[in-house]
Amino acid sequence: MLPALPVLLPLLGAGATVVVGRWAWAQRVIGVTVLAAVSVVAAVLLVMADRGGPVVAEIGGWAAPVGIVLVADRLSALLLLISTVVTLAVLVYAIDQRIADYGRRTASTTFHPIFLVLSAGVSLAYLTGDLFSLFVAFEIMLAASYVLITRRTDARRIRSGMTYVIISLTSSLLFLTTVALVYAATGTVNLADLAERVAALPTGLQTVLALLVLVTFGIKAAIVPLHFWLPDSYPNAPAPVTALFAGLLTKVGIYALLRTRTLIFPEGHPSVLLLVLASVTMIVGVLGALAQNDLNRILSFLLVSHIGFMIFGLAVTDAAGAGGTALYVVHHITVQATLFLVSGLITRRTGTVSIDAMGGLAKRAPLLAVLFAIPALTLAGVPPTSGFVAKLALLQAGAGDGVATSVVAGIVILASLLTLYAVVRVWVRVFWGEPREPLPDNDPDDDLVVGTARTATPMYVATAALVAVSLTIAAAAGPLSAVTTRAGDDLVARTPYLGAVLGQEGAR
Amino acid sequence: MTTVSLAMAVVVAALYAVGFYLLLQRSLMRVLLGVVVLGHGANLLLQLTGGPPARPPILGGSAEGSAPLADPLPQALALTAVVITFAMTTYLLALGYRSWVLVGHDEVQDDLEDRRIARRRTPTASMGEEADEQGDEVGVDPGSAAASGDPVGDRS
Amino acid sequence: MSAEDTRVPWPRWDSPTEDWMLPGDCPVTSERTLLLELAARILFPAVLVFSLYLLLVGHYGPGGGFSGGLVAGLAFVLRHIAGGSSEGAEIGARIRVRPPVVVGVGLCVAVVTALVPAAFGAPVLSSTKVSVHVPLLGEFEIVSSLALDVGVYLLIVGVVLDLLRSLGSGIERDALDAESEAAS
Repeated sequence: MLPALPVLLPLLGAGATVVVGRWAWAQRVIGVTVLAAVSVVAAVLLVMADRGGPVVAEIGGWAAPVGIVLVADRLSALLLLISTVVTLAVLVYAIDQRIADYGRRTASTTFHPIFLVLSAGVSLAYLTGDLFSLFVAFEIMLAASYVLITRRTDARRIRSGMTYVIISLTSSLLFLTTVALVYAATGTVNLADLAERVAALPTGLQTVLALLVLVTFGIKAAIVPLHFWLPDSYPNAPAPVTALFAGLLTKVGIYALLRTRTLIFPEGHPSVLLLVLASVTMIVGVLGALAQNDLNRILSFLLVSHIGFMIFGLAVTDAAGAGGTALYVVHHITVQATLFLVSGLITRRTGTVSIDAMGGLAKRAPLLAVLFAIPALTLAGVPPTSGFVAKLALLQAGAGDGVATSVVAGIVILASLLTLYAVVRVWVRVFWGEPREPLPDNDPDDDLVVGTARTATPMYVATAALVAVSLTIAAAAGPLSAVTTRAGDDLVARTPYLGAVLGQEGAR
Repeated sequence: MTTVSLAMAVVVAALYAVGFYLLLQRSLMRVLLGVVVLGHGANLLLQLTGGPPARPPILGGSAEGSAPLADPLPQALALTAVVITFAMTTYLLALGYRSWVLVGHDEVQDDLEDRRIARRRTPTASMGEEADEQGDEVGVDPGSAAASGDPVGDRS
Repeated sequence: MSAEDTRVPWPRWDSPTEDWMLPGDCPVTSERTLLLELAARILFPAVLVFSLYLLLVGHYGPGGGFSGGLVAGLAFVLRHIAGGSSEGAEIGARIRVRPPVVVGVGLCVAVVTALVPAAFGAPVLSSTKVSVHVPLLGEFEIVSSLALDVGVYLLIVGVVLDLLRSLGSGIERDALDAESEAAS
């Protein structure tokens, strides 16, 4: 029962917000209430999964290998919780941006329903114990994201939206192909059942399937060289949408990789390949960020770069690697969403996204300077922050896993330093120097309104709340990393998951 | 262990080849057709995993002693996938129309930033200039149907 | 030869002179064909009834909420093609229900149906059978998942109506606007 709620409640909310489409306040109340309720459910699930093992819900009462199951183990419950909290903060930000731009009364028929559908898709992707349902979850999530990225289009957004839609559709069709081939080879799509049947396949076939999965989710997670669509499409969307996508969508891809790698293909992915991909992703991403002058593009390239950190965690095969990846995903979802929200605030103050045209913002908006500095330093991994904790977990995992991993661990440190350079460069250009006048708003009709007067305080509050979440992760690093370590142990041991899904017979 | 019939394997391969070829085209209409064809290929592949053809469906009758029934799961999966592909096709059609309304053609354009980096221009463009530059490029695009003009006003 | 003056020009020879469409009159008389309108008038209710049949038998036979909804949607598509879609004749204007509301209600009904078994301690989305004895007609078995099918049915009908409104009438309206702009 309980694991079904994070999927069904947002869907119910989506239906309700369409029905009350004329009343903006009702939409807002429903959206915020539903996401808050899902956060509570996710927290309860996390506690239950941490105390008593994975929580399983059988849909329609059909048991595991036949029916569809929803499974909340430590990893999925934890990611569900952090994702929903971030989604809630982004929703509050988006609501206030809309109020600031269009007034309190204008209702949008599409935004709230689509936003909630996206949330339902993300929840389903985390919770499902079935490969085909994972495909469906990705489709729900992506279909909602297509609408969000091409809403209120102008010529610029439709171009970037098209790139995004076509690439995502291609990866979805590849995913469908993978599902078909997996089913042809094993005769099941249940993840737990697959775990046992794939092990019986010839090694070559296992590797082929694992590589197909890697390419499919690699596109969604934006691993170099499959990343090229991301810095092109994300920066052109409105700030809340970009924040949501950057925080969640790529990380759902990472989650799917982590789940399939540990559960289904423990032998499948060649670790060397993953290490190479991780190194290339980290370096290419951060170098791309250094070459850019567009604030959102810098952040997008940094996002790509930090996907490499998580791939590095995946390449480390033991429990510490899986746990470190989980911790890094939690940290990165929060911090990346925060950075894009702050970028939205900066853009509203200056009227531009080019960091060359900004300057001296620290004098006009000191609060903004602090709000940018904290997540930026967190992203770079400066010691007291959550980024440092997460990177430390990854490096500790990598250090004990052979020579090649240790070399890549060096690249991790290098990429972190370059990230620090990139964010400091942004901070100096944007916040230091001579104050400049904001550029005039070149398109008064769009939802980007330049100037200081019309930036709503709740937008700052929502952003600050996310910064607080990130600081809480750092403060609660001990208990949190204990949870992720246990999650990593579960993932590598596999027995808790298999036992919970397949019953006693499966736990043999 | 059953194997797929050769004809079906060839058909799937052809559908995938055609689909990916069309996906690589510039025009969104061709990309749309590519998605449709590729979706058919994927669904056919999904169907083929259900075992050899000519097996009776699982509906009605008793399975005792008779020939093995067709596997219903791939059919259910393909049905779901067909619906999803259908929805995506509709969405792409709407997107193509919107692009035609806004830009005057439905071509998938290059990333502006890529072009700028390729030209190695001095990176001083503000957002306003960026938009202007794009306007110019739309104007000079030989494939643009700008002659027909912007058929509608702002519908957003 | 006064009859010749009243003769219809040949491209319009089959244009209807009376109101054939359901419901009520159709303000646009150009670009209509008698054959299609008559067919639409006869088929529209029949197709709707057939879609309800598909909805009801869906649990055991071929059919269900999705296919039933699509068939009902096709009835509206037929009506849209036959009746034109200019202002006033637009389906949404006739029914006085905005299509998104139909979509939303359908989604809500489906999700609530999924959640209700949980209130009775059963797994989410599980269903049960209720036998009803109706005098004269005999025994009926009603499956609780029928409510889910009804939700899906409404959802699909709403989606088709919305598609007709935005991609059907919307595009035609755009084209008309462009024509009048070009003429002026």
